[in-house]
Amino acid sequence: MANVQLNGVRKTYPNGAIAVRGVDMTIDDGEFIVFVGPSGCGKSTLLRMIAGLEKITEGDIKIDDRQINDVSPADRDVAMVFQNYALYPHMTVRGNMSYGLKNRGMPKAEITKKVEEAASLLRIGDFLDRQPNQLSGGQRQRVAMGRAIVREPKVFLFDEPLSNLDAKLRVQMRIEIKRLQRRLNVTSIYVTHDQTEAMTLADRLAVINDGKIEQMGSPIELYKNPATLFVASFIGSPQVNRLPVTFDGQNLVNGDLVIPGFTGLPQKTRLVLGIRPDDLHQSGDGQFTLRVDIVEQHGADNLIYGALRGTEENDADDAEFCFKTDHSLLPALETTLQLGFDTERAMVFEQESGQRLL
Amino acid sequence: MSNWNWRLITTHAILIIGVLFMSLPVWVAFATSTHAPETILRDGLQIWPGGHFFETYREVLIVDGGVMKSVLGTTMLKNSMILGIGFAIGKVIVSMLAAYAIVYFRFRLAVPLFWIIFMTLLLPLEVRIIPSYEVVAGLGLLDTHFGLIVPLIASATGTFFFRQFFRSVPDELLEAARLDGATAWGFFVDILIPLSKTMIAAILIIMFVVGWNQYLWPLIMTTKEENYTLVIGIKQIYQILAEGGELPQYQKAFALTILATFPPVLVVLVFQNWFVKGLVESEK
Repeated sequence: MANVQLNGVRKTYPNGAIAVRGVDMTIDDGEFIVFVGPSGCGKSTLLRMIAGLEKITEGDIKIDDRQINDVSPADRDVAMVFQNYALYPHMTVRGNMSYGLKNRGMPKAEITKKVEEAASLLRIGDFLDRQPNQLSGGQRQRVAMGRAIVREPKVFLFDEPLSNLDAKLRVQMRIEIKRLQRRLNVTSIYVTHDQTEAMTLADRLAVINDGKIEQMGSPIELYKNPATLFVASFIGSPQVNRLPVTFDGQNLVNGDLVIPGFTGLPQKTRLVLGIRPDDLHQSGDGQFTLRVDIVEQHGADNLIYGALRGTEENDADDAEFCFKTDHSLLPALETTLQLGFDTERAMVFEQESGQRLL
Repeated sequence: MSNWNWRLITTHAILIIGVLFMSLPVWVAFATSTHAPETILRDGLQIWPGGHFFETYREVLIVDGGVMKSVLGTTMLKNSMILGIGFAIGKVIVSMLAAYAIVYFRFRLAVPLFWIIFMTLLLPLEVRIIPSYEVVAGLGLLDTHFGLIVPLIASATGTFFFRQFFRSVPDELLEAARLDGATAWGFFVDILIPLSKTMIAAILIIMFVVGWNQYLWPLIMTTKEENYTLVIGIKQIYQILAEGGELPQYQKAFALTILATFPPVLVVLVFQNWFVKGLVESEK
C-alpha cells in the first residue's frame, strides 16, 4: 500500500522528442488511477517512468515519500503487467510467477505457498505446470497478473493489458481486474486508450493529451463536467456532438441556424457548442431540425445520425449530429426530427484553446 | 499426365545423380579401405567391399605403429574430438557474450565495435597465422590443446548470429526481468540462454564440423605426433607409408579418411532436427 507522487515530471528523448511535458499528480493509497489518451500521448511513457524503465528527464517521482528517480526498477517495489504479457516462454506458469521471488532470495517453501495462493485467487491453479504457449490469451493474461500479485508490490502498473484479448474476454477480464484490485486494495495505475475501460475501471481518471494532463477526476465528473473540448470528446460514447458556432450577443449562430438561450460569451471568437447525444430529446418546439441520415440499432438504444437544418454549408463532419434514443423511435431515412436540449447541459468551448467557457 | 511423369522422372534423375556425385567418392574410399594393399596396387580403386575390414581398421585404430610411427588412430580421433568440441563450445561462449554486450548494453562505440567485429570476417586465421603463431609460441603453448583452440574461438559469424537472435527477443522480457529483480547476469543465464537453446545447438553443430576440419592451424601448431588430429594424420600418412620401400598401405590412408569423415556426419545426422529448428524458427 502506498501513495505515489509526481512532481513536474518531464521526459525528453535524446533525439529531442518531448513525450511528457510536466505532470503533477498525487495518487492516494489504494486508489485505481487510469491514464487514458490517444496513442502517442505519453501515457505509456509516464507509466514506464514510474516503473523505472525510462529515465526521468526532469521532476521527481515519489512512492510513499521516497524519491525513486534513480532507484532501480527492482527496488521500487512495483509490479507491471505488459500488453503482450511478457511471460518467460521457457518457464512454466509456476516458474514465471516465482522468478521474481527467487531473485529476492525468498525461501522455497514460502514461494510455493505464495504462488499457490495467487494462483487460486486467479483460478489458474490447474495450469501451474504448463508453459505459456499451452495457454489461451485470457489465461496468459491471468498468469501475467499472477506474476505481479505474488510479489505483493506497493504499486501495480498495467500497460494496456487487455488490448490483445478479444472483445468478450476483455469485458470479462476488466471486471476481474476491478474485483481483484478492490480485494487486494493495492494502489494501481492503468494505461489504456479505450475510454470504456477507463470509465469502468477508474477511481480517478487522468485524460492525457500531447504529454500533458488535460483533466483529472472521477469518471462521472469528467463525463459531466469536462474542462476542455478534448476531454469532452474523448470521454463518452457515442462522442459528444460538436457544432462550430459564433456568438452574436444573444444567440449562437451557425449559418442559418440560430440558437438562443446563452449569455456572457465572447463575440467574434470561434466557439464550439458541445451537446452529448443522450442530452438531446424529441420535442415539437426544439432548437434543432435533424434530417435523418443513418439509424444504428444497438438493441436497447438507437443512434440516429444526420445533419442539422441550417448548417448545410458546413463540412460534412462538422454538421454530423448524433441523437441517442430508445429502440422504439425508428424514423424513416430522409425524414426530419425536431430535437431540443436543455441549455443547462450544453457546453461551450473556445475553439482555438479548447477551454470550456460555459 | 505423361507430362507430369516426365517431370517426375527428370527431377528424380537429377536428384539421384546429385546423391551419387556426393556419396560415391566416400563409398569408393570405404570400399577400397577394406581391401589388401596388393589388390589396390594391382587393380586401383575398388567399388565393392573386400575382406580386410577388421584387419585394416584394427591396425589403424589400436595397433602400435600400425598407421604412424608412434601415435594410434584412437589418439588422433581423441585429439580431433577435443579440437572440435573445444572449438565449438569456445566459439559459442565467446560469441554469445559478445552479442549480449552489443545488444543489451548501451555503451559508447557499441555500433562501431560491432562492425569492427563483423569486419574480422575478412581476416580469417590464414591471414593472421604468423602473428598468431608468434603469440602462441611466445606463451609456450605450442603442442597444447589450449594453444590449439583458443586462437580459433573468436567468431564474428557466431556473434552476428546471436546478435540477430537477441535483437528479435521482445524488449518486454528484459523489462519484466528487471522488474523481477534479475541482474544482468541473471537475465543472461535465466532467460536468454534457455531461449537461445536451439540456436546454441545449431551453432555448436556447425562449429564442431568446422573445428573438426581445421587443417592449417593444427598443422603448424603441432610438432609431436601424439598431438596430431585425424585431418593432419591423413596428410602425414602418405609420407610415412611411402617410406621404407615397403608396399604403400593405401587401405590405411582410406580408412583414416573414412574415420575423419564419419564423426561430423554422425553429429549432423543425429542433431539435424535441432539444427534446422535453430536456423529457421525461434520460440519466443
